[in-house]
Amino acid sequence: MLAYLVRRAAYGVLVVFGVLMLLFALFFGVTKPDDIARRAIGEKAMPSVIAQWKKNHGYDRPLWPGAGHLTDNLLVDHFRKMLTFDFGRSDADDTPIINRIKDGAGPSLSLTLPEFTCGIGLGLIIALFLAFFRETYIDRAGLVLGVLGMSVSVLLYIIGGQFLIGKLLRWFPISGFDSSWLVRPRFLMLPVIVGIAAYLGSDTRFYRTLFVEEIHRDYVRTARAKGAGEIRVMARHVLRNALIPILTGIVISVPTLFMGSLLLENAFGIPGLGSLTVDAITGNDFATLRAIVFIGSLLLVGGQILTDITYTLADPRIRLE
Amino acid sequence: MAALLSSHITANAVVGLLLLGALWVARFVRRNRLWRDAFTQIARRRPLALAVCALYVSLGLIDSVAWIGGGDTGGDAVASHQPRSLLDRAFGTSRERSYSAPLARAEFYGQRPLAHPGKHLLGTDVLGRDVLFVTLKGARIALLIGGLTSLISIPLALFFGVLAGYFGKWLDDAIFFLMSVLASVPGILLLIALIMALGKSTLSVCLALGVTGWVGFCRIARGEAMKLRELDYVHAARALGVPEVRIILRHILPNLIHLIVITFVLTFSSQVLSEAVLSWINIGVDGSWGQMIAQAKDELARDPIVWWNIAGAGGGLFGLLLAINMVGDAVRDVLDPRTSKENL
Repeated sequence: MLAYLVRRAAYGVLVVFGVLMLLFALFFGVTKPDDIARRAIGEKAMPSVIAQWKKNHGYDRPLWPGAGHLTDNLLVDHFRKMLTFDFGRSDADDTPIINRIKDGAGPSLSLTLPEFTCGIGLGLIIALFLAFFRETYIDRAGLVLGVLGMSVSVLLYIIGGQFLIGKLLRWFPISGFDSSWLVRPRFLMLPVIVGIAAYLGSDTRFYRTLFVEEIHRDYVRTARAKGAGEIRVMARHVLRNALIPILTGIVISVPTLFMGSLLLENAFGIPGLGSLTVDAITGNDFATLRAIVFIGSLLLVGGQILTDITYTLADPRIRLE
Repeated sequence: MAALLSSHITANAVVGLLLLGALWVARFVRRNRLWRDAFTQIARRRPLALAVCALYVSLGLIDSVAWIGGGDTGGDAVASHQPRSLLDRAFGTSRERSYSAPLARAEFYGQRPLAHPGKHLLGTDVLGRDVLFVTLKGARIALLIGGLTSLISIPLALFFGVLAGYFGKWLDDAIFFLMSVLASVPGILLLIALIMALGKSTLSVCLALGVTGWVGFCRIARGEAMKLRELDYVHAARALGVPEVRIILRHILPNLIHLIVITFVLTFSSQVLSEAVLSWINIGVDGSWGQMIAQAKDELARDPIVWWNIAGAGGGLFGLLLAINMVGDAVRDVLDPRTSKENL
């Protein structure tokens, strides 16, 4: 197990280096420092202004290591900045990027954590219910509703939620955020509801498929044969066994919950990492964008490693040697 | 490249090529008994959804065939020198100054009489364009997003997947590493990074969607190729000295076609949905339904409510996705050997 973990972690490190190279290729190779400067200050900026902007933001060094600038180049600088988590200053407003990321993680998490847990809970309950009534009209109706829900864009859920719950029913504020924990839930209710509703259809269908697959297994027939009631079969046998693929499937997204939600944060005015990303896009802030993509990848690699570990813990049939 | 894409001659050529391709596929399906059976099964299960899909495709075609000159442009000197499609010609130039309600005779704000009273079936948007017209034009964009990205991602995935799965060894390691790197960047962030690096344009959005989309299918193709490589008839072919390229073309690829079809249908809707998300943060495709919705996001907060923009774009998007999701379910049930056994 330990040997496997070390090997898995080493591959993770290798992948992180690959991501860093990809980022370098995209943000220094495809978009050259000159392009970044032009996008920040205007297409028709004078060469001297561009040179000054590049100097101010640290883009005025050679791309690759070479004679005379073995360590003083953009490639080494990029790797050093990312790996030490000292991302430097934003290209747009010169604030230290790491501070903004630290500030954004809290609000993001307070949105994604309840959305994630309640969404999975609700999805599982509905899916179990549908699987219990499988091949009946209840099941059919649930599946049709699921397809209908899947076919509506998240944008419409946001707009519809704000209109229906925020404007017509006036249950919760349409958008906004508060740092105090007493007021914050009021603001978070609407985005959480919208976030859950947007993915409930596809989640429920996915869970139901897993449950129904499990119901057709031999051990379920055995359980019925020895006289176990249908509810006991569902709760003790089907649910527990179907939880293995479900658990291992959701573990991967647990670390990336820190990244928040791009759309929901932007639409509901939550100052998290999603909003930071949108700001970086609209402001052509490549330094911040690099940092965000890197942190997101780091968290996702962590999630992938966690997934592999849960596989071994949850399913004794799998040995990773 | 961008200029080449926007030229109406190339656009017409692409449409013609796609039509020829579709005819060839139709001929193939008719001649091959297995595929003919599969198609009739799908058509029997989801006749309505298939008809809706066909409707969208024909809308896209009507909007694709374009030429310069001819017709009445209402004295618009610029429009008379631009290629206009059949759809443009059908609607003509019926612009208003700003919002007007569906089938209204006067403007929404100010109550000035309209230039074309009662003609706008779904009203007009803030720029005075006919909403029904803009919505119908969105069909072509949506099909372009789904189709073009699939044309990029599926060949890419197939090439790398079969290469990795069939040849194995260091090639497999290298391709698997590449896939791991791409799969390690959260999807939406990878999309954003690619679009920001390539510059905001329709082509770069499609490229970005294609590049992010191929990894999932590549993994499936790789696994399938690994399995097929060990089958007896492949061993036999290799023992007889058939070249590797020929084995791949004759014995590996035909066994992957059902997977290609399933992936194509299933990823189509997710690509269109992703583009809508990108439109919300202003890096989407011009003229898409997502962009229409994003631009109209504050209209429901107005008083009185302006609802027809959201309704038009939302309805167009919902209809297409619903039809494709329904067809996708049927396609998977019929073509996937694992699920079709359960239904017997």
